[in-house]
Amino acid sequence: MSTRVKIAVIIPAYNEQESIAAVVANVNSVSTDEITVVPVVVNDCSKDSTLKIISGLNCIALNLPINLGIGGAVQTGIKYAFNNDFDYAVQIDGDGQHPTGPIPMLMEELRKNNWDVVIGSRFIKNEGFQSTIMRRSGIKYFQWLLKLITGETVTDPTSGMRLMNRKTMELLYAYYPDEYPEPEALIIYNRNGLKFGEVPVQMVERQGGQSSIQGFGTIYYMFKVTIAIIFTFLRN
Amino acid sequence: MDPRIQFIAIAVSLLFLCYVLWQIKKGRLREEYAFIWILSTFALIIFSFWRNGLEVIARTFGVHDPPNLVFTGAIFAILVYLLHLSLSVSKLHAQNKTLAQELALLKEKLNKMNSK
Repeated sequence: MSTRVKIAVIIPAYNEQESIAAVVANVNSVSTDEITVVPVVVNDCSKDSTLKIISGLNCIALNLPINLGIGGAVQTGIKYAFNNDFDYAVQIDGDGQHPTGPIPMLMEELRKNNWDVVIGSRFIKNEGFQSTIMRRSGIKYFQWLLKLITGETVTDPTSGMRLMNRKTMELLYAYYPDEYPEPEALIIYNRNGLKFGEVPVQMVERQGGQSSIQGFGTIYYMFKVTIAIIFTFLRN
Repeated sequence: MDPRIQFIAIAVSLLFLCYVLWQIKKGRLREEYAFIWILSTFALIIFSFWRNGLEVIARTFGVHDPPNLVFTGAIFAILVYLLHLSLSVSKLHAQNKTLAQELALLKEKLNKMNSK
């Protein structure tokens, strides 16, 4: 029996042919003597050559037969990690926005503070890519809404960089939102008594592809997530 | 009411009922959905025979113009049915998602076994 810690890094990929190879290579470079870090790429039925590229990379490739959206893809990775006895799962974006270097640090922080989930936040030290003013005001709004409902302060509620333990994986195995899952997931943690905290990380601007949130999509996003937050709170 | 239109109404309602029953027999329509169609067909047949039925019911509810009762009732029934369909679609969506995920996980397992 080896005592190496196994961490699955879940990378949801939808049409990420330009950036996916670099992200997988970054993840693989994080492994040390104590930690085995395995990239788990979830190809969300990409229309470009993502499928072909990931089959030749040193990673676990999960190919969805239909497009499920970011939440469904991340949940697939969580199921894989849980079924294959990984100690922790990290979710990072497939477009290279999230650095992989801090993954061991995230795990240390989670263990030290006895958390179930740790979130990488851009806004604790305000270093690295800070997004646009419009987006930051949206983030402020979610901060306020979450504070109002849960009483907890989360500086970066939309951050997609999260490390979770098996308890959290088991919970998200059963239910994880399809679209824009990040703020809603915070309510799921809160209502199920999971402890979570944030640590500062530096993010960079996306390396390729386009954000799913722009133009009219922004209004839909704000509306959908608000509804989802309120109802998730009431449901649990 | 002209007896001709009554005859047409009865014939059409009966044909509709036969069509719904035929679809159930062939296994194309699930019973849970068939239920509401059979009920509405029976309502149509009843009102085809019972000429004054609509007026009697409208008077009972205090509706002055009987056709308004038909529209109100029909629109309400349609809304309820649409909600039912939205619920069914949401459920199918969730089931579909689970299936797709299981399939992706199984394909990975199979690939791993084949390459060993």
